[in-house]
Amino acid sequence: MLMTQILTRELRKILGPAAVLSLPEDVLLYEYDGSVEKGRPDAVVFPSTTNEVSRIVKLAAHHNVPIVGRGAGTGLSGGALARSGGLMIAFARMNRILELDFENQRAVVQPGVVNLDLTRAVEHAGLYFAPDPSSQKSCTIGGNVAENAGGPHTLAYGVTTNHITAIELVLPDGQIVRVGNKQGDPSLYDLAGLLVGSEGTLALITEITVKLSRKPEAVKTLLAIFDTIDDASETVADITARGITPAACEMLDGWTLRTVEDYIHAGFPLDSAAVLLIEVEGLHEAVTSQAASIDEICRAHNGREVRVARDDKERDLLWKGRKNSFGALGRLAAGVYVLDGVIPRSKLPQTLRRIHAIGEQYGFRIGNIFHAGDGNLHPIVLYDPRDIEQFKRAMQASAEIIRYCVEIGGSLSGEHGIGMEKSELMPLLFSDADFALMRRVHDAFNPRCSLNPGKVFPLTKGCGETRIRSSSANHPTPTISA
Amino acid sequence: MTSTAALESILDSSRVLVDPAALATYAIDGLLPVAVAKPASTEEAAEVIRLAAKERLSVVPTGARTKISIGARPTRYDIALDMCALNQIAHYDPADLTVSADAGMPVAKLNAALYERKQFLPLLVPYYSQATLGGVIASGIDSPLRQAYGTARDFLLGAEFIDGTGALVKSGGRVVKNVAGYDLHKLLVGSFGTLAVITRLNFRTFPAIIDRSRGFLASFSTHETALAARHKIAASSLSPLTLDVINPGAAKIFSSRTPATPQATGFTRDTHRTAESQLPLPGEWFHADEWQLCAAFAGPPEVVSRYVRDLTCVAEQSRASAIAVLDDATRPPIWGRLREALSLFREVSPFAAIFKLNIPPARHAKAVRVLESLANAAKLPLALIARAAGTLYIALLPESAPDFSAETVSLLALEVLSLGRSLDGRASLLFAPAAIKPALESTLNSGSHPDLSLMRRVKSAFDPQNIFAPDRLFRNPL
Repeated sequence: MLMTQILTRELRKILGPAAVLSLPEDVLLYEYDGSVEKGRPDAVVFPSTTNEVSRIVKLAAHHNVPIVGRGAGTGLSGGALARSGGLMIAFARMNRILELDFENQRAVVQPGVVNLDLTRAVEHAGLYFAPDPSSQKSCTIGGNVAENAGGPHTLAYGVTTNHITAIELVLPDGQIVRVGNKQGDPSLYDLAGLLVGSEGTLALITEITVKLSRKPEAVKTLLAIFDTIDDASETVADITARGITPAACEMLDGWTLRTVEDYIHAGFPLDSAAVLLIEVEGLHEAVTSQAASIDEICRAHNGREVRVARDDKERDLLWKGRKNSFGALGRLAAGVYVLDGVIPRSKLPQTLRRIHAIGEQYGFRIGNIFHAGDGNLHPIVLYDPRDIEQFKRAMQASAEIIRYCVEIGGSLSGEHGIGMEKSELMPLLFSDADFALMRRVHDAFNPRCSLNPGKVFPLTKGCGETRIRSSSANHPTPTISA
Repeated sequence: MTSTAALESILDSSRVLVDPAALATYAIDGLLPVAVAKPASTEEAAEVIRLAAKERLSVVPTGARTKISIGARPTRYDIALDMCALNQIAHYDPADLTVSADAGMPVAKLNAALYERKQFLPLLVPYYSQATLGGVIASGIDSPLRQAYGTARDFLLGAEFIDGTGALVKSGGRVVKNVAGYDLHKLLVGSFGTLAVITRLNFRTFPAIIDRSRGFLASFSTHETALAARHKIAASSLSPLTLDVINPGAAKIFSSRTPATPQATGFTRDTHRTAESQLPLPGEWFHADEWQLCAAFAGPPEVVSRYVRDLTCVAEQSRASAIAVLDDATRPPIWGRLREALSLFREVSPFAAIFKLNIPPARHAKAVRVLESLANAAKLPLALIARAAGTLYIALLPESAPDFSAETVSLLALEVLSLGRSLDGRASLLFAPAAIKPALESTLNSGSHPDLSLMRRVKSAFDPQNIFAPDRLFRNPL
């Protein structure tokens, strides 16, 4: 494309030749993320400063080329894919921690800083960055902000949005704007709160002020073992109903934990139907009494055994089993589709039964490894992506599970985002009036739909439809099955 | 057709008020509406908005109106849209710890219902007995409990509201974790009715552990020592429910005044009852001329002992002159006063000017030094609340109107504003006498923002015709 050649030449002038990729074999690496979607950019650029981002954006606007931002590409909903082609801005080089303010428990970071690297930089002061998605070793804080990422410990400490106090952003016309402040209470409208979770459709985020949390003085990690999934899910519902908030409360069902154990050797009991991985944190005195209450609840629901991790090594091993579980499942099938539904926590037992029934109906074994404590389900469907019929069936089963979550008062996504994966399911939750206002708010930031077109909104409700290249999606996206 | 007649075509005539006495109770800093509309349903409210959009009538949504005079007043005020008739719980799932309620429901009434299931919403805000959910969200006011629970933006899960086209819109949901769609409900927090009419709010609820809570007070001779003790606690393993420092001026008011909260109306069985601020203080808790550190905490006995031990230790190391541990009898009246601090200040002085300064907490000592010298120079009594989360409430309390000219306040306002900017934060005006508001409007609020274009575009997205509380937050060129 001629336009691309002119554009890339100008981009190289701004950024230098090493910071611009446009050869097909180079950009090919950027057509994936952690989802089942694809979308190839025409060029990928690696800016180092906010000013460079602003100049790139102005240039792209001049050439009428769409832009998508990208962190580490670990997203699970296609948020960082170039659905309409165009220019990808990868934030890998904007990975500096700009300020550490221990007194006020704040850090100012560039968007490409890796989640866990921030914690490593502050843990000597007894602090850490609380959002802990399973991909935290590689995912970036910019990506966490775009998707409003969660993680196991968000049960007690909140998701990314609860930890962001200020944002510097670049609008599609290249203007640089700062919203929020270091302390965190917004003045006028909470635009930082709006930007978190906007999936790159409003602005490019170039600097983030985050809260740093204090590491607890004591942690107890419990592994509760159950002979039925029902008992495990009733236990979670009961812990919630009694007003106990553990720092984390994760469930792994028997089938998935056996797969994980085979790979990780975390010490999960192979003959159980489900385990709960529960963590309590805080003062020594509080942790002891909370652990005792949880132990009691587990046993009241026929928990076979409640083990307490004896040391950090045991604790780390249990968490390694949990955090690498999706990878372990990947060994069983070529295609692993991880869902991300949310339900009221009081409806957990019936929902797990429903998921099992849907799996049987469509002929899939559906595993469950998820954030039980906040009702955030991650059913996992294994399929063969080369078998297009099977893929379609997997997507239909998935859509049915998500629809059930919504029917009982839940949501389409708890932490993975809508992206291009679930945009067509959005009408399950939102009316035309809801879309109309979201669209006007979108246009207040991104009036020409040049940023991340084809995401979040269903194609018929957003402005991206004219920009979508039919060739970029070689899989059908899940739709509302009849 | 007059606007009143048009309103009466939508609402029962008993729900449209036009007599001067009724209008006067809806005055915002002396500005009266043309009519008051009291919709009985969300659909009626939406019809009023569609009428207003068509006729270009300005609308100010209201709850109990306890915080309606915060900040600048609107420049046009045709319809006061009183949402108090919509005041029911729509959905409560105690086992999920989530609740959904109408915007016109008083927070105290909702909390009484939640308390039946030993849960609560940590929104213990000033004017607690009257304040509605919608008003608390729209005013963005905080509560001493933010130390443990955060502000409303942290536990507001979703909302339904009417936008400026009259469409009923929702965002978020009822579940505790949700990333579907833009978090438009976050924009409603602190929007002062300029974006939408809030009709329903979904919250996460919390176990009512404040039931078993204790309090801790320590007195210090200087603000530096009090703030240093606060910092030590904030940076420790403890996680108190509240953590505030108050100045001698505020302590004097707490000791000498009992808030004149109107009689609560039958929903006060809970322990965070609306009347608790009216209990007399049992003894001399607040030492004259001393700075006070106030903390609250809760838990089983061994946890409570740990708090008492550690807090006492920090206070002693920081050279506290007196220490007191509050129990079930002594905690409620002190907590009540902390909750009602802003309403108490306004009772003490009808001419009060109250500012909010959001700066990083480590900057508080410097801010206090500057504020004290400003108040001294102006010969004005000063009351301060300094929350560990960084919010600083500053009340200048003249004894009579002549002490407080528009020029004095304007100058002070400019100083507070520049203080906010110089300390990495923002200042805003909450309350000031109506007579001097016009002199302040151009300075405050919008004055603290160099660039409002993005804010204006967001306002236009919600309210294309600028009918909601025009110019209440910033001048809109529309």
